[in-house]
Amino acid sequence: MPAIRALNPFASSPTASPDTAILSEKEPIRIETRETTPNKQGIRIPRPKFSLPFSNSNPKTAKTTEPQQQQVKLEPPQIPNFRPPSPQIPTLSLPTINLTTATGEKSKMEKTEPLTLFSPPTPAEARRIAKQHAAFGPLGSKQHLYSSRFVGDEFPEPIEDEPPYYYLITTYISYLILIIFGHVRDFFGKRFKPDHYKQLREQDGYAPLNSDFDNFYIRRLQLRINDVFRRPVTGVPGRFITLLDRQSDDFNLSFKLTGTTTQTLNMSSYNYLGFAQSEGECAEAAEASVKKYGISFCSPRADSGTSELHREVESQVAEFVGKEAASIYSMGFVTNATIFPALVGKGCLLISDQLNHSSIRFGARLSGAVIDMFKHNDMLALEKLLRERISQGQPRTHRPWRKILVAVEGLYSMEGTMCNLPGLIALKKKYKFGLYVDEAHSIGALGPRGRGVCDYFGINPSEIDILMGTFTKSFGANGGYIASSKALIDKIRINNAGTIFGECPTPAVLSQISSSLRIIAGELSPGQGEERLQRLAFNSRYLRLGLKRLGFIVYGHDDSPIIPLLLYHPAKIPAFSHEMLKRKIAVVVVGYPATPLISSRARFCVSAAHTKDDLDRLLAACDQAGDVLQLKFSSGIAGGQEPLHDGLTNEKEVEIRSCLEAGGKPAVVPPRWRLDDVIRRGVQDVKQPLT
Amino acid sequence: MNSSNIGTELPPTAVAFIESAAASFQKIPGSAIVIRYIRSSYQNDPIRSLVELFLFIFAVRYLLAPAYSTKKTKNVHLTEDEIDELVEDWTPEPLAGEQSEWEKLENDRIPVIIGPAAPKTKLQNGRTVTNLASYNHYNFASNPELTAKAVNTVRTYGVGPCSPPGFYGTQDVHMKSEADIAAHLGMPACIIYAQSFSTISSVIPAFSKRGDIIVADKAVNYPIRKGLQISRSTVRWYDHNDMEDLERVLAKVVKEGQGKPLTRRFIVTEGLFENTGDVVNLPKLVELKFKYKFRLILDETWSYGTMGRTGKGVTEHQHVDPNNVDMIIGGLAGCMSSGGGFCASTEEIVEHQRLSAAAYTFSAALPALLATTASETVTILQEEPSIIQNLRENIRAMRAQLDPRSDWVICTSSPENPVMLLVLKEQVVKDRGFSRQEQEFLLQDCVDECLANGVLITRLKSMPPALGSSPRDQEKEWLPRPALKVCVTTGLSKKETEKAGIVIRHAITAVMKGKKWQR
Repeated sequence: MPAIRALNPFASSPTASPDTAILSEKEPIRIETRETTPNKQGIRIPRPKFSLPFSNSNPKTAKTTEPQQQQVKLEPPQIPNFRPPSPQIPTLSLPTINLTTATGEKSKMEKTEPLTLFSPPTPAEARRIAKQHAAFGPLGSKQHLYSSRFVGDEFPEPIEDEPPYYYLITTYISYLILIIFGHVRDFFGKRFKPDHYKQLREQDGYAPLNSDFDNFYIRRLQLRINDVFRRPVTGVPGRFITLLDRQSDDFNLSFKLTGTTTQTLNMSSYNYLGFAQSEGECAEAAEASVKKYGISFCSPRADSGTSELHREVESQVAEFVGKEAASIYSMGFVTNATIFPALVGKGCLLISDQLNHSSIRFGARLSGAVIDMFKHNDMLALEKLLRERISQGQPRTHRPWRKILVAVEGLYSMEGTMCNLPGLIALKKKYKFGLYVDEAHSIGALGPRGRGVCDYFGINPSEIDILMGTFTKSFGANGGYIASSKALIDKIRINNAGTIFGECPTPAVLSQISSSLRIIAGELSPGQGEERLQRLAFNSRYLRLGLKRLGFIVYGHDDSPIIPLLLYHPAKIPAFSHEMLKRKIAVVVVGYPATPLISSRARFCVSAAHTKDDLDRLLAACDQAGDVLQLKFSSGIAGGQEPLHDGLTNEKEVEIRSCLEAGGKPAVVPPRWRLDDVIRRGVQDVKQPLT
Repeated sequence: MNSSNIGTELPPTAVAFIESAAASFQKIPGSAIVIRYIRSSYQNDPIRSLVELFLFIFAVRYLLAPAYSTKKTKNVHLTEDEIDELVEDWTPEPLAGEQSEWEKLENDRIPVIIGPAAPKTKLQNGRTVTNLASYNHYNFASNPELTAKAVNTVRTYGVGPCSPPGFYGTQDVHMKSEADIAAHLGMPACIIYAQSFSTISSVIPAFSKRGDIIVADKAVNYPIRKGLQISRSTVRWYDHNDMEDLERVLAKVVKEGQGKPLTRRFIVTEGLFENTGDVVNLPKLVELKFKYKFRLILDETWSYGTMGRTGKGVTEHQHVDPNNVDMIIGGLAGCMSSGGGFCASTEEIVEHQRLSAAAYTFSAALPALLATTASETVTILQEEPSIIQNLRENIRAMRAQLDPRSDWVICTSSPENPVMLLVLKEQVVKDRGFSRQEQEFLLQDCVDECLANGVLITRLKSMPPALGSSPRDQEKEWLPRPALKVCVTTGLSKKETEKAGIVIRHAITAVMKGKKWQR
C-alpha cells in the first residue's frame, strides 16, 4: 500500500532506492503517467540514473544491481512528467490496514488508535482532511523537526557565491539586447502606432503622467514577463495555493480569467508558521470574534477604537517579544511609516541598512532627520560612519546630534540574511545609539521559541530599544506592532499618526494574532506551536541544503526561511517561473529594480505547513529546471560539499572561510549532487552545519 | 634623429644605450612607418610637438593619480583619539522624552470599550454609553448578514493573505471589491489598498515627482500632507475652500510655467474635509481644473458612503461626472465598516499604482473578510439608499440640538456630514482669551462631562508638532481649530439621537459655566 510509504518514507532501509521515497505518495497517479507517456524523455536521461548514491565519490563500490533495476523501472515518470503530489483524495476504495509489525514512527493522527494504521475515511471526512492538509500538511516523521539557534561569539556573514564570468557577461548582454530591442520597437511603434504611446506624450496641455524614460523598463522589459507577477489566487494561502488560471491575448497587456483553477505548492506566501488556515484554533477564534465584536471598530485607536481586545493583544505581544509594552497597528507598512516621525526629527540622525524595506525609507523621509545608509550588514562600515558622524556632529552647525537611531531588519526579505545582532549590540554599547529592529519577517520565523532574532541569538530583548514586527507573516493576520519600554509606548500612543488617524485593527485580525501567539507560546493546544517552529526550522535548512547540494547559488543565512535562488539572466525569470508552474509550484521571481540588475532571483518562502515530501517535490522540480535552464553554477564555496567523515564537517567550513578571508581560493569542488542522494542524505545532514 | 650630433654632447654609455634602443625599435615590424609619420608630421612644427608632449604627460599623470572622492567634505580633521573622546562625550537624548501633562491626560482618557463598537457600547468601567465616537454611521459593524458573510470568508480564505498583492496576494475577492467599487462610482477602474489612512500618502507620490507642481487646500488632512512631503513636488497652497484664491494660484502657476518644459500639475483637496467638516465646491473646482489644465486628486475618505443619494460621495451630491475627477481616493474603514482604502480612476492610472504606489506594492493585501464586507456594504448602499436618508434625518435631529441652540459652539460641518465638528464660537474664545492649548483642555472637559452623562464623543485629534521643529516652523503650519467630534449613526433612533444631542449641549454649557473656565 503506497500510503504507508508516504507516511513513513524513512522507515525503509537505507539501501532502498531513494526514488521510492519521493515517488511513493502519488503512486497511483504516477503509474498512470508512466503508462500514458512511455519513454518520452529518452533524450535527456540524467547521468545519475545508473549510479548509486555517492557513486561520484566512490564509483567502484556502486555495484549492487538490485536497487538499480528498481530505479530504472521507476524513473521514467519522474523526470519530464513529474506529477506533483495531488492534494485530491484518491478515488480508489481503500482497505483498512491494521498495524501488525510496528517498524517506524507514527504520525500524530494515529496515536489515538494505535492498532489501526490506516482506515478509509468517509467521503465527507476525506474532503475535510484534504482541505485541512491543503492548508497545513501533516508531519511525515518526527525526524523532520529541528530547532535552530545561533551559538558562538561572532556571527559570520554568509558566503556569497558567484557564477562563472560567462554567466555575468551574458546577463549584461541579455539586458543590452532587451534594451536595444525595446528601443527599436519604440522607434517604429512611435511612428506607426502613435496611439499606443498616447499616454507618454503631452496631451492637450497636460504633461504625461508617466515619463517615457521611466516607463521604458515597464513597457519593454517587464511587460514581456508580466504573466509571472500578480497571479490572482483564491482560498487559503497555506501549504497549497489555488491560482486562478488566466491568459492574455494582447501580449500581457491584459489578462482574462479562464475560469479554471490550479492548485499549486505554495512557496510564495510569508506563511512561515502555517497559520494561514481556514480551520483550527485560529480560524475558530476569528469566527467567534467576528460574531462577538462585529467586523470592525470603525475608529482610530485614539478616538474610540481601543477595545479590550487591543489591550489584550498588546500585552500578549509585549510579553511574547520580551518588552514592557507594545502598541499595535492595522498595517505593517504604516507601522514603520509613522513610527520614525514619532521618534526622531530635526537634529537627529537615522542610520539605515542599505537594504531596509521601503516602509522604513518612507518613514525615515517623513521624519525630517538626517538619513545615512551603510552597506548591508557591514558592521565595519557602520562603525566608520558612526565615528565620523558623532565626531563631526550635525552638518554645517557641527552641533552634537540629539539622537542617533540605527534601523535594521531582523531578516531581509530579498536576501534571506539576518542582521548581525551581536555586532550591533557591541556597537550600541560603545556608541550609545538607539537600535530599531524591524522583525517583519523574523518574528515567529526565527529562534527556538519563535521570538525573532533576539531569541535566535540568545540576546536579551532589553538590549534593543525598539522591536517592530508585523502580524502579516508568521501569524497569518494583518498589521504591525511596536514593542519597547512603557515610557516610549505611552509617548507614541499620543504622538504617532498611526494611532491618531489610522484605523484600528479589526476583531478577526486581533483574534487571529492572539490565538496564534498563544499557540506558539504553548498556551493553546500545547505542543502544536513547538511543532510548527521546529518544522519550519527543519524545512528551511532542508531545502537550503538540498539546493546547495544540487549546485544552485542560494543567498542568506542557513536558518533563514527565505531562500533566494539566483537566476541571473533576465530570460530565466519567466522561464523558471513557468517551469515551476508547469510542475504546479508557485514561486516568486524578482528582478531589477527589486534586486540589483544582474542578480535576478527566485525566492522560496518555506513554511511549517510544508511537508518534507513537498520540499522533495520542489527539489526535484528545481533539479529538472536547473538542468534545462543551466542554473547549477555554484562553485561550492558556500557549501553543499560532499560530506567528510564524521566530525570534520565543521572544520572544513572554517578552513574555507579562513582561506577566503586570507584572499585565497579554497580548493572546493562544485557540488552537483544527484537528486536521490540529496533526498537520501538530507534529513540527517540538515542537523549538521550546512557546508 | 641624428645620433652623431647628440653624441658630441652625451657620454658614450648613453650614446650606446640610445643606439641599441633605436636598433631594437627598428626591429619592431612597422616601426619604419611610425618613424616616417612622426618625421613628416613634426617637421618644422615645434609648437605642435610641445602641445602633444604636454597632453601625453598629462594623460600619464591623470592615469597614475590616486582616486579621490568628488564629494566635498567639510569635515574637521580629527585624530582617532579625539574621535574616541568625542564619542565618549556624546550623550544622546532619550528616545522617548518625558510625557507632558497633556499627553498624560490624553493617554488616561482614551476610552476602552468592551465588546462590539455598537451604538450602545459598554466601557471598561462597566457603564453602557451611547457611542457617538465611532464612524459606524450605518451600524454595519454588527449587521448580522454582514458578519455571517465575513465568517464564511474566514472559513474559506483564512484571515490574512500572507502576501503582498504582487506576489500571489491578489485574491479573487479583492478583484471583485475593486470592480464593485468602480461600478458604484461609475469609474473605469479601482485599486484597493490595505489601509485607508495610508492610501493617499502613497497615491500622490506615485504620480507627482520632484519638479511637478501640486496646488493644495490649506486645510487638507494629515495623510495628504505626508503624501505631498514624500512626493518632493513643489507645493502651492490656497485658502481653504476659497475658489477665487485657487484660481489666483492656478493662474500664477501657469504664468510661471510659461516657456518652461511642461510639468505635471495637480490640485489636491478633500471631498468632505476631515479637519473642518465642510464640503468642497466640486463643480467650480472641475471648471478651474479644465481651464488651467490641472489634474484633480480628490480625497473622498470622509465623503464616500455618506454623501449623495447612494453614497457615491461628493460627485453624486454635487452632480459632477466622476470621470471629470482624475483620481478619487476613498476609505472603506469608516462608515463602510470594513477596512482599507481605494483609488478609483482610469485603467492606466490604476495599473500604474500597482507598480509604483509604495503602500500597495510593499504591503500585504487587505484581509479577504474585509474585502468581501466592502463589496457587501457597497451593494447595500445601492440597494437601500433609504438608510442614507435615515442617517440624514438623524444628522438633522442632532444638529438642531447643537448648532442653533448652543450659545458656545457652532458646527462647521456640512449639513450632510455625519461627522459633526463643533468649534467654540470665535466670540467666546476672544472674550475669554483662550489659547489653543486651553481650548483643547476645555473641549476634553466637555468630552469627559458628556461621558459622565452617558454619551461617548471625542475631540478632533490633530498631529502634535514634529519632533525638533522650532516654534517658528510651527507658526507656519496650518492647524485645525480645536473641535468636538460627534459621529451620528443610524444605529440610534431619532429620539435617542436628540436625547444625546441635548446631553452634549448641556455638557458644553456646564463646562463653560463652570468655575474652571471663567475668566
